Amino acid sequence: MYVAETRAARATTAGRRRGGTVAPTVLALGTVSLITDVSSEMVTAVLPLYLVAGLGLSPLGFGLLDGVYNGFSAVVRLVGGHLADRGGGRHKWVAGFGYALSALCKPLLLLAHSLTPIGLVLAADRTGKGLRTAPRDALISLSSTPETRGRAFGVHRAMDTAGALLGPLAAFLILRATVDGYDAVFTVSFCVAVLGVLVLVLFVPGGRAEPRAEPASDDARPTLRAALSLLRRRDLRRVTVCALLLGLATVSDSFVYLLLQRRLDVPDRWFALLPLGTAAAFLLLAVPLGRLADRVGRWRVFLAGHGALLAAYALLLASAHSVALVLLLHGAFYAATDGVLMAAASDSVPESLRSSGLAVVQTGQALARFACSLGFGAAWTLWGDRTALWASTAALALCAVLSLTILRPLESSA
Amino acid sequence: MTVRNRLLVLLAAVLALATVAVLSVLHASARADRRNETQPGGPRVSAGRVALTTPGRMVFRNMAWGPHRDELTSVPASDPSGPRTASGVKCLRFYAAAGTGVCLQAVHGAVSDSYRALVLDARLKEKDHYDVPGIPSRARVSPTGHFAAWTAFVGGDSYAGTDFSTRAAIVDVRTGELTPSLEAYRVIKDGHAYRSADVNFWGVTFASDDRTFYATLATQRKTYLVRGDLRARTVTTLHTNVECPSLSPDGTRIAYKKRAKGLPKDAPWRLYVLDLRTMHETALAEPRSVDDQAVWKDPRTLVYALPGDYGADLYTLPADGTGKPRRISTAAVSPAYVNQTTGG
Repeated sequence: MYVAETRAARATTAGRRRGGTVAPTVLALGTVSLITDVSSEMVTAVLPLYLVAGLGLSPLGFGLLDGVYNGFSAVVRLVGGHLADRGGGRHKWVAGFGYALSALCKPLLLLAHSLTPIGLVLAADRTGKGLRTAPRDALISLSSTPETRGRAFGVHRAMDTAGALLGPLAAFLILRATVDGYDAVFTVSFCVAVLGVLVLVLFVPGGRAEPRAEPASDDARPTLRAALSLLRRRDLRRVTVCALLLGLATVSDSFVYLLLQRRLDVPDRWFALLPLGTAAAFLLLAVPLGRLADRVGRWRVFLAGHGALLAAYALLLASAHSVALVLLLHGAFYAATDGVLMAAASDSVPESLRSSGLAVVQTGQALARFACSLGFGAAWTLWGDRTALWASTAALALCAVLSLTILRPLESSA
Repeated sequence: MTVRNRLLVLLAAVLALATVAVLSVLHASARADRRNETQPGGPRVSAGRVALTTPGRMVFRNMAWGPHRDELTSVPASDPSGPRTASGVKCLRFYAAAGTGVCLQAVHGAVSDSYRALVLDARLKEKDHYDVPGIPSRARVSPTGHFAAWTAFVGGDSYAGTDFSTRAAIVDVRTGELTPSLEAYRVIKDGHAYRSADVNFWGVTFASDDRTFYATLATQRKTYLVRGDLRARTVTTLHTNVECPSLSPDGTRIAYKKRAKGLPKDAPWRLYVLDLRTMHETALAEPRSVDDQAVWKDPRTLVYALPGDYGADLYTLPADGTGKPRRISTAAVSPAYVNQTTGG
């Protein structure tokens, strides 16, 4: 928590110097995400151990359910986005419902002792996550000025990632202090999640946050049809197409770590720590890259982020002994794309449909990445990991060039 | 609500939630203290010398509460519920044969646990150790004591998912040569070379020729019994729906858990024995779902673990489908009969 607060504080003072601060709403939402991620990553960190050592189950069956949940979560995201726009600014309450649903799942884990109920609880948890994401991002974008949006998302993502890093630490400290203290981990996780909901309820303004003068045109009424017709807007269509294109060439994290282990000979005992490397780089770079995006243009940073990913692929192909560098580039990729894409998409969606618009972009990107995972897995099977990686490197380079041409008009008009 | 009131509400909530959180941790750690005290009516455990070459002994992980919880412990094979001798060596999973032991351990780190496999000599002294990439689940040593194998569940392949895979490793104890994952072996499935990224192996069991082993291979949502060849580095599918195989001492039969139809998803397995010559399957007389790699006590008798009040209990059952299961030991898991010294 210390790291995130210092960084957030530094970003705020730096912002003030440049004449524009990160809105209190963003800091409040960042705090909510930080607390919630501590809670959810606590559970994620101990779940395999709990299943095998605590319950004596073979957790293999989860792999099969995982894909289903992910698809479901993408659809729920659209629902959450739409619900939040209906009624003009129910963002806070839809997000709050999502956070509360996930919080309630934690004590349920104490009661579930076999794979099926545990699977159902995790599905409910993901539903909560799916529901809250788009309204939360809409709130962040609505409470910041267009000039500081990149920074606002950067601060939020940094705080979010700090929570993700602290969660496993908290869980293992509890397991250390107890024996088989999974019940304590779930109970503490629940308490932390409730605190997150409470911070949201108490400190995030409800209704339309700091409304800005943006004429509401006729096609921007928050109906389902309006949400769908968002894609008729040229700007948003371009954004979505680019996110889709690049998503199609973004190899999923689990493959990146497997490739790292195979190609750069990462010792087994470090394997589980690889995601922490990515997260640490993401945490450190989210704010500076967000600010950079505000200054030099979001699309430039977004594309540069994919350049970092391309460099990471190249290092993997070259089998250069540079695990830390690959993880740094991987984290930089997230820092330059995750929040920055939301900041960029916000520019092309009217306020009244902000939540739905962001959900459309997020869902498109998630589905494209899922398709890439399937394709990459198949390519790996057919041709081996090296060829599969060559193919995705080529695909990513191609998609980046295409995006560059598609986005050029946007960039010059911005 | 004013900012002051909101902060007061938050403060009150933080206090209440912190109280609940601290109480739950204290409760769980008090339980830890209780577990370090011997439970009344439990088995008698005393410290002593445990060797992997003493004839007529069964060595296992003692799960009974008390100062020797989780230690490798030995009892007379003829009186498995009798007094236990604890060695001081802690393991999650264990197996031994011909004076070689393999002990899968957790190494408690600051940020997270890591796991390793110790190769032990007959006096339980560490000869070698290897990193294990995830939570260990199965361990085996070849009847000659020359090879050891283990399986781990690997999570963490994805950042926040609940996707798990398994890795099975084999080591030549004499040279220290390690195959960290059987995925390096060539797979021959239904007579053809087969490659897939979703291949998983678990539950290795060795024959006494120092060349043949059997294991489970999972791919495309099906499980197969494979026969492996340590020299040719190949595995060949023999049969479907076989998990955690265990080869009989005479090398003719495989005891295994089979996913039976119509059973609940969280308890889907039944014990079977497969005759390798006729490929005939015999259902065993255990009506419960068994999630363990069974051990052959002798050519007619199997021993396996089922969940119990203190972790797990050991049961015995005839390998021919007759009789009924009998509990031979409470608070015990990962048994090995150390008198079976075939070869080496």
